[in-house]
Amino acid sequence: MCLAIPGIITKIEPSEDEIFRTGKVSFDGIQREVNLSMVPEAREGDYVLVHVGVALQIVDEEEAKQTLACFRELDELNEALKDHPDQEELE
Amino acid sequence: MKHLEEYRDKRQVRYLIDKIRDKISTSWNIMEICGGQTHSLLKNGLIEILPEGIIMIHGPGCPVCVTPAMMIDKAIALALNTEVILCSFGDMLRVPGNEKSLLKAKAEGADVRMVYSPLDALAIARKNPEKHIVFFAVGFETTAPANALSVIQAKKLDLDNFSILSSHVLVPPAMAAILRDEETHVQGFLAAGHVCSVMGTDEYEPVAREFNVPIVVTGFEPVDMLNGIYQCISMLENGKTGLMNQYSRVVRSEGNIQAKKIISEVFEVGTREWRGIGEIPQSGLVIRKEYDRFNAEKRFTINKIPMNEDNACMAGLILKGIKKPHQCPYFRNRCTPENPMGAPMVSSEGACAAYYHYGYESAT
Ligand code: SF4
Repeated sequence: MCLAIPGIITKIEPSEDEIFRTGKVSFDGIQREVNLSMVPEAREGDYVLVHVGVALQIVDEEEAKQTLACFRELDELNEALKDHPDQEELE
Repeated sequence: MKHLEEYRDKRQVRYLIDKIRDKISTSWNIMEICGGQTHSLLKNGLIEILPEGIIMIHGPGCPVCVTPAMMIDKAIALALNTEVILCSFGDMLRVPGNEKSLLKAKAEGADVRMVYSPLDALAIARKNPEKHIVFFAVGFETTAPANALSVIQAKKLDLDNFSILSSHVLVPPAMAAILRDEETHVQGFLAAGHVCSVMGTDEYEPVAREFNVPIVVTGFEPVDMLNGIYQCISMLENGKTGLMNQYSRVVRSEGNIQAKKIISEVFEVGTREWRGIGEIPQSGLVIRKEYDRFNAEKRFTINKIPMNEDNACMAGLILKGIKKPHQCPYFRNRCTPENPMGAPMVSSEGACAAYYHYGYESAT
């Protein structure tokens, strides 16, 4: 459960308080809402390392693609995201 | 896309294996601390192709595995309160406490829900103002920022129906405890890349110095792990100790300063009980007094539950690397992932479950 997965930020939602800064992150096409408060400098198009719904760090594109490729090869991406419902599903 | 090819390249794996074989003149015991790395070693079959003489000892780095049965009993006691919705990560629900697991409590009528993130538990709290939502917050340093964030958000939202039951543990003190244990014979460590991406690497220098061991920070992909092993045995062969960061493309020495700030806003370092290992001083995170309002152990009176770790399961020996899963008499017969007797059989990052899933009976 300690794994962090890289994904690309596709949209950042405006928020008044940094602590609530969220965005849409795509993990190989699977979109999820992610909290971005720990990576204040992250912008749309950046790759971030995400763990339990929170982005922990910006990573470079090569690193992200390489890790995603490994996940894909091991067929583990769906497994890693299976417990991560899209926000709408929670509503 | 140089990297992409490089890291998936089977030839690269072969090359590193040969390099390791050429380098070693004797056998070495190396512990990978992180359960994710244990999983990767077995899933990718690395354990089978590593040269004889490299003995991988699987460490306690799976938060699900080291959460004491007593904490699970506490979570169950809270879940049985009809005003409470208890939320936690999926794997946590299956770990047996002294009597039963949270899933069993759910089957008996408790409101127990699996969530992906503590922030999902917070969303449930906002939607159910008539209930109190307790998030059972376990984890290592990687998970601490998210758990701390849920508390800070709850405070900002002035939510009165959200609290966390915290059982947070830290990696460096566990390494020190393992090195102090006379039964264990770990000579070098692979430190977990994602933990270090949050905390940085500064805390590992003193451990390496005090115990004269090499510690190599590495990632989870086969090539990263092999590279880490190679660096580690190179240091051992050359009589060197200290810290090496083999994962600098992800891990910076200072870690994520913002995340560290959020963690220390909510938590402070304190003594923690580890399943099968016992109490380790200053080995975990406890909620600061200022956040008592969001501390489930302060919000609810939970009757003292006697410590009664099951003796049949030898999780302690497994987590300290003294025994391998297949050496446990219950492995694969009485104890399976469907019916786990101990925590290391529950999560796929637990050593027992990893050995079970990938069919290792006699792997070294
Ligand atoms: S196989 Fe089961 S009983 Fe044996 S140590 Fe592992 S978890 Fe415990």
